This record gives sequence, C-alpha cells and structure tokens, in this order.
Amino acid sequence: MKQIKILGAGCASCKSTMQLVQDVAASKGVEIEIEKIEEIREIVAFGVMSTPAVVIDGKVVHAGGIPSRSQVEAWF
Amino acid sequence: MSQAIANFLKRNPYLFSGMAALLWFGLYQLILPFSEALVTMLPVERSSHLGGALQFFFYDTPKVLMLLAGIVFVMGIIHTYISPERTRALLAGRRLGAGNVMAATLGVFTPFCSCSAVPLFIGFLQAGVPLGITFSFLVSAPMVNEVALALLFAMFGWKVAGLYLLLGIAVAIVSGLVIGRFGMEQYLEEWVRDMQNSAVLTAMENKQMAWGDRINNGFNHVSEIVGKVWPYIIGGIAVGAAIHGYVPQDFMVSIMGKDAPWWSVPAAVVLGIPMYTNAAGVIPVVEALIGKGAALGTVLAFMMSVIALSLPEMIILRKVLKPRLIAMFIAVVATGILIVGYLFNALL
Repeated sequence: MKQIKILGAGCASCKSTMQLVQDVAASKGVEIEIEKIEEIREIVAFGVMSTPAVVIDGKVVHAGGIPSRSQVEAWF
Repeated sequence: MSQAIANFLKRNPYLFSGMAALLWFGLYQLILPFSEALVTMLPVERSSHLGGALQFFFYDTPKVLMLLAGIVFVMGIIHTYISPERTRALLAGRRLGAGNVMAATLGVFTPFCSCSAVPLFIGFLQAGVPLGITFSFLVSAPMVNEVALALLFAMFGWKVAGLYLLLGIAVAIVSGLVIGRFGMEQYLEEWVRDMQNSAVLTAMENKQMAWGDRINNGFNHVSEIVGKVWPYIIGGIAVGAAIHGYVPQDFMVSIMGKDAPWWSVPAAVVLGIPMYTNAAGVIPVVEALIGKGAALGTVLAFMMSVIALSLPEMIILRKVLKPRLIAMFIAVVATGILIVGYLFNALL
C-alpha cells in the first residue's frame, strides 16, 4: 500500500494530477491511499516551492505542474 | 504521422529545431497574402467596412497566435534551464540593490504560477532570500510574463513590448527596494517569520537534459499556455476588428485619451485592482480601449494593475502577511504602475 499525498492549494492542475495518479494506479492494480493537502503550512513543510507536487511514502517525487503519464507510471 | 515527428525529434534534435524554425518563418510570411486571398474569396467588398474588418481579423488572428506560440515555445525551453529552486539559490543571501535587479530579471524567466505564489514566497524566505528581494521577484514574475510580452509585441510592436518589459522590471525593483528598506519583516505572520533562514539549501539535482527533451518542454508549454488563452485572443481580436470601423471615438478619447484629465491613469489603476484575470484575459479590453482612442499609457497601467494587483491574490497572501504589509505592497506597486502610465503617455 502506497501512501500518496497531492500538495496544492486547490487549483485545477492539482485536481487533474490527483485524477491522473488514481487512474494510473487503478490501471496498474496498485493499491494506494491518496490524500489531498491544501493547507499552506503543511505544503511548505515538505520544502516544496511549486505546486502541484506529489509525495509518495513521505518523499517528494514531483513538483511544479501536472506530471506526464509516463512519469506517473514509473512511480508504481 | 506524429509518431514519425517524435522519432525525428529524438534522433536529430538540432536538425529538427532548424527545420521547425524555418517552417515557422515561412508560415509567418504567408499570413498577409493569405488573409487578402481569403477576403477576396468571400462575397464582400474589400474596401467596405466589413471587408476591412474581416481582413484585419484574418490577418491579426494567425499573426498573434503564431507570435504567441513562438515566444511561449522559446520560454518553455528557457524554463528547462531555470527552475524556481535554482533562482532561489541564486538569490539567497544577496544584498538589497543588486539582488533586487537580479530577482526582478529572473522573475521574467523563471516558471511561475500565481497558484503557487505562497509556497514560493515561503521557500525564498526559508532559504535566506531577503524580504525585499523576494518581493521584487513576486512583482515581476506574474506581471512581466511571456504572454503579455508576446501580445504587446504582436499588437503594438517591439517598442511597446520592450518598454513594458523594462518598466515592469523597474517597478518590481523599486517596489522590492522600498519594502526592503522599511524593514517590514515584523509584518510577516509569526509562523512565517520563524521559518526565515531555517532551511539548509540542498543542492537541487541539476539534471542534465537532452536538447530534444528541452524542445519537448517547449511544445508542452505551448500547448498548455496557448490552449488556455486562445479563446480570449480570438475574442479580443474580433472586438478589435469590429471597433476598427464602427465605433465612435469621442467618448473614450475624452476620458482616456492623451488629453484626458490627470486622474485617468489613477482611475485605471484603481479599476484594475478588483479585477482578476491573466494577461490574455485583459487583451480584449486593451484592444477595445485602444481602438476607441484611449492612450497607451493609461491602458497599460490598467493592464499591469489587473495582472499584478488582484484581490484573490491578496487574500492568499493574507495567510502569510499581516494587513499592513499587504497595504504597503499594494501602495508601492500601484504607485510604480502609476508612474509607468504617466511615463508611457509622455513618451509615446
């Protein structure tokens, strides 16, 4: 089970990123627990400067913009 | 087809860039004859109001979109060299003055989205970028962006675009200097102040990208930006084309023209604050105002105010700044924009 956090203050790209991650995980049959983090204090605590950012099991794997599908596939 | 192009790009990125550039210039040259030919094919008199408006529309739309795509593409490639992390590392520990000049200039070229203004703001302070320098960046990044520059260049020529670039950077530098001089750190929210200078700068993996990947990034940037703004642009040009022949000018000229009363520039700035949209969104308005005879400085002041000062952004910034600092930010930037408006009106 992978713990995934999507960091971003609720902009449209954050929603598409979350959707994309869920899609890819589902198509690969990977079980995930996904959570959206919108509170600015929590976001900056990860040391991220540009959103949307993706955190997997406590590690920032991506920041700034919607990741490409192939990138997301590589995470699982 | 697109697969073949992608393979070509992968195998021979430099040749690909050269050919793409040639193709772009070739198409650009064809726009004028193409627009004339298109109007001749329609059952409209070329010399009539409608004929003139149509030719203007058929010429202006591809011209503006192509210039926009070209400039946004180049900017997408530049973005692969300058990440926010890199800019932050360059600015950390700089002194006021030279640091503000650097921050305002880097603001033009660093990828920036206003939705991540706050994390970026805190990230800069954490790494020891002084408050005044952070503000210079925060003013220039949204205001002097490639979309605004490309549109100004396409519609009013390189002089206007160049002046906008220089004066926009100047406003950012001066605003940051003033905020830095006044020692406004005490008006940061406590939890933000505690985070200042708290981070050890981790050397960001400076990943080497292949030229082909950078080009890909350019294309992605084009599809993202142009995909978002093209309806505004076409709408704006359509409005401009309609105004071209039909609208009387006296009214606008009297309140926003060159000989308008002194208060027309401040009024434009104040009007711009509650409005919130991007550079492309104000373009229809800019086209319409210019078409009705408004002075360029007044209109640019309005445009800068809409982009750089917006209520939603202030509400987001309120999470990290106390009201006094927000008020100061608005006052300083608004004053800068005001001066730009008067200068433009005087120069052009």
